[in-house]
Amino acid sequence: MKDSGNYQPYSYFQLMEVSLRELLVEKGIVTEAQVAATVEDMRARSPERGAKVVARAWVDGSFKKKLLENGTRACEELGLDVPALRLVVVENTASVHNMIVCTLCSCYPRMLLGLPPDWYKSRNYRSRAVREPRAVLAEFGLQLNQDTAIRVHDSTADMRYLVLPMRPAGTEGWSEERLASIVTRDCMIGVAVPEPN
Amino acid sequence: MIEARFKPGEPVRVRKAYPLGHIRTPFYVRGHGGVIERLCGTFGNPEELAQMRSGEPKQPLYRVRFLQSEVWPGYRGNPEDALEVEIFQHWLE
Repeated sequence: MKDSGNYQPYSYFQLMEVSLRELLVEKGIVTEAQVAATVEDMRARSPERGAKVVARAWVDGSFKKKLLENGTRACEELGLDVPALRLVVVENTASVHNMIVCTLCSCYPRMLLGLPPDWYKSRNYRSRAVREPRAVLAEFGLQLNQDTAIRVHDSTADMRYLVLPMRPAGTEGWSEERLASIVTRDCMIGVAVPEPN
Repeated sequence: MIEARFKPGEPVRVRKAYPLGHIRTPFYVRGHGGVIERLCGTFGNPEELAQMRSGEPKQPLYRVRFLQSEVWPGYRGNPEDALEVEIFQHWLE
């Protein structure tokens, strides 16, 4: 951990990170091994976790009901440890499409989707998603019908949001694994819909 | 801990106030009216936490649903297009 082999000069924030980390280790508050394990754990989180939750909800009606009532508890039931995640799952239907943004910063259900994409943190997405969501979705290639109402969720405080997309037609009889494979990160943020491949 | 004053379905208005500090009520909904969608629970007040204080008393946090057309003049889309935002009780009236 001491020498990354990268001899570019540190940026301001890199220097702050190294200084703070070394100080915490020196003072015996954390060990280097704990820091390394936490970084590995964060890297291991990926949208596959969220996709597993969505696929289960598609095949198991009682799980779906629990997921919409209390997202955190339902995820624990799936063996996904989601501490500190107060999860609100919002369901897309034929008449309502949901999409997630954090206008204030970049709140995101990292335990289920991993690190947010850069566009999610961009000023462009954050300011426009609440103001002209239909135009933003069109730029993602999603033309929403005028009959479908759109609900934009701004994660401004302690909740984190996951969109439960509609199961597409043509996926009857698919296994849970195969269903999970078409649930992309963007589908769970609500800027795309799953396509059967 | 402060008791929850509002119930789901109840109309509310966000205070039109501009105090300094770490405020998690977006500017674009201040002064606008919406409806309580749900009570999320009770959480430390972020305006206090940001000052390294205890965050007590904890504040009820709601999800408030606003119609897009109420928030943005001239909004075009489905008349039921909506925004849902988490707002702490001390910002609601």
